[in-house]
Amino acid sequence: MIKSQRINVFQYVPFLRGVLRSRLFQPVLTISTLFFFTLAIVTGLFGTPVGNRNFGIVFVWIVWWGLLIILLVPFLGRLWCAACPIPVPGEWLQRRGIINRRKGRLSTLRWKFPKRLRNMWLQNFGFLGVAIFSAIILTRPEVSAWLLLGFSLIGIILSILYENRVFCRYVCPVGGFIGLYSLMSPVEVRVQDPQVCATHTPKDCIIGNEYAYGCPWMVFPGTLERNTYCGMCMECIKACPKNNVVINLRPVGSDLMVAKERRLDEAYKAFIMLACALLYSVVLLGPWGWLKQWANMDTLPHWLAYAGVFLLANLLLLPGLFTLTALLSQRLGRIQLPLRQLVTDYAYTLVPLGLTAWIAFSFSLVFTNGSYALGVLSDPFGWGWNLFGTTESTWMPFGSALIPFLQTGILTTGMLFAVNTAYKIAGQHTPNPRQALRGMLPVTGFIMSITFAFLWLYLG
Amino acid sequence: MNRFQQLVRWTYPRWVILMGIILAIGVMTFPIPQITDPQTRYITLDARQFEFAPHRIHINKGDRVIINFTASDVVHGFYLDGYGIQARVEPGVTKQIEFSAERTGKFRYRCSVSCGSLHPFMIGELVVGPNEPFWRAIALVIIGLFTLLTYRFLTKGTSYEYPTLGASPA
Ligand code: SF4
Ligand code: SF4
Ligand SMILES: [Cu+2]
Repeated sequence: MIKSQRINVFQYVPFLRGVLRSRLFQPVLTISTLFFFTLAIVTGLFGTPVGNRNFGIVFVWIVWWGLLIILLVPFLGRLWCAACPIPVPGEWLQRRGIINRRKGRLSTLRWKFPKRLRNMWLQNFGFLGVAIFSAIILTRPEVSAWLLLGFSLIGIILSILYENRVFCRYVCPVGGFIGLYSLMSPVEVRVQDPQVCATHTPKDCIIGNEYAYGCPWMVFPGTLERNTYCGMCMECIKACPKNNVVINLRPVGSDLMVAKERRLDEAYKAFIMLACALLYSVVLLGPWGWLKQWANMDTLPHWLAYAGVFLLANLLLLPGLFTLTALLSQRLGRIQLPLRQLVTDYAYTLVPLGLTAWIAFSFSLVFTNGSYALGVLSDPFGWGWNLFGTTESTWMPFGSALIPFLQTGILTTGMLFAVNTAYKIAGQHTPNPRQALRGMLPVTGFIMSITFAFLWLYLG
Repeated sequence: MNRFQQLVRWTYPRWVILMGIILAIGVMTFPIPQITDPQTRYITLDARQFEFAPHRIHINKGDRVIINFTASDVVHGFYLDGYGIQARVEPGVTKQIEFSAERTGKFRYRCSVSCGSLHPFMIGELVVGPNEPFWRAIALVIIGLFTLLTYRFLTKGTSYEYPTLGASPA
């Protein structure tokens, strides 16, 4: 039944298979992004310290961010990961090649990545670690550049120690939330017939062959049911001798219902992302100057207090309130499930809510500041160049009268999707729809309150 | 069961969605009468790195607004979302900004002159009451929720897509 809701894109766009099978596909993407990435680092390090006149800040935190969260993640899931420049130097190094598949195994020290770290916790803490410095990172080109460079360096080191994209899968703070929110996307890489995979040996998609590498994300496509850890690199499409791997279109949010792979680390990712969307809306888009100063480290004690509250809200307050909600749901719906499991399961309702909240936040950030992009295109370093004659283009917010309505629309959509998801998740735990309905009521209350909070911040 | 009965059966819970949509459209377009008399508001607004004082201003629709705009450290600017009004002010000089508040809602005023690191986030809020967009949004959320819950209640298990998929061990 679930299968029948899928549309195999290759059936309708046959040449796409050829494009994705080409070994040029990924390098074309990554070499282009690598160009902008290098420019962002160089301008960040050597250009003007004025953020909104520096290519590094404007292109990373406004243009790239806007594209990622408003378009790429909601519609194409992890496809960004296939194009991402950060892990590319490391990957080239371990492959000892850029385009062609070189014979033999990857050149690494072949260490084993610790079992206890094979989850999203590093990404959770990594994201928080970056988030508490966000006011500084978003406005200081040099800091921002060092951060990007740092990510890439960690990527290289991990590529030397371990095989495959350990950085992307377990470490990259951006990768974590892209993975979580890609559960929502209407596009997926999947095998057409898992039966074929079950009997096929050797599994080219895991070990690789002369045409392609084994899955760099350490995923077995044959049993893949969720988008979270598939980097959409298309290696398995190239590798599979049975042409069994395809790109599917599917109903939005399908992966949210895959119950057996729900985990607490992912649930925490959902909490953290939602809490951060709220906090950023307060700190960055709110009218409270003192808060911005604290976040901006005007004094160390101020920043420490700010960071402390920030972390507390992310790690204890929101998860705590959500646990209470789940407890209530457990009682009301008479759901026979350990609380921890129930909290984890319900946390996936926060995926649509969090994603739409980030989109609403980004509408404001991106539309308002998007016009800076014109200026820095002509003068990336802020040195007075005028490459395309747009240096003097003035800052002009785009659609400022429209933004509140877009925000209302997207937030309401996300909320309804979240509540419907809550109903379905409750239904996975009790066969009785009445009980499911009663069980999801507290979660509905939670989701509604969060939605009201966002509406108040944006419109109230 | 004849055709007609089948049709009624099919339509029955879906009426709720239709009702919800009608209600939502109603709540988005329902005209809200003006309750307060227009006045002239004199406001002193000071800009400094990286905030405005006051950071939130409340007025009513139809009011004539006269802002005496000053800067107490460096050159700052003023841009009012939704109204597109723009100004620039140097320290020590008072700039007057005048306009009539014809649109209701919350509009951010932002610094429009690059004034330092946090400049893009230098923001204040002008609320032109009654804040229709906000209350309509709240109403929309409530109607949406009510519709969804009622629909789920009426259809019980019938349109329930994932009855057993990955059912938990419980
Ligand atoms: S190579 Fe193809 S058929 Fe074989 S296991 Fe992998 S995806 Fe399945
Ligand atoms: S499953 Fe296929 S597309 Fe996804 S990361 Fe692995 S090799 Fe790439
Ligand atoms: Cu300013």
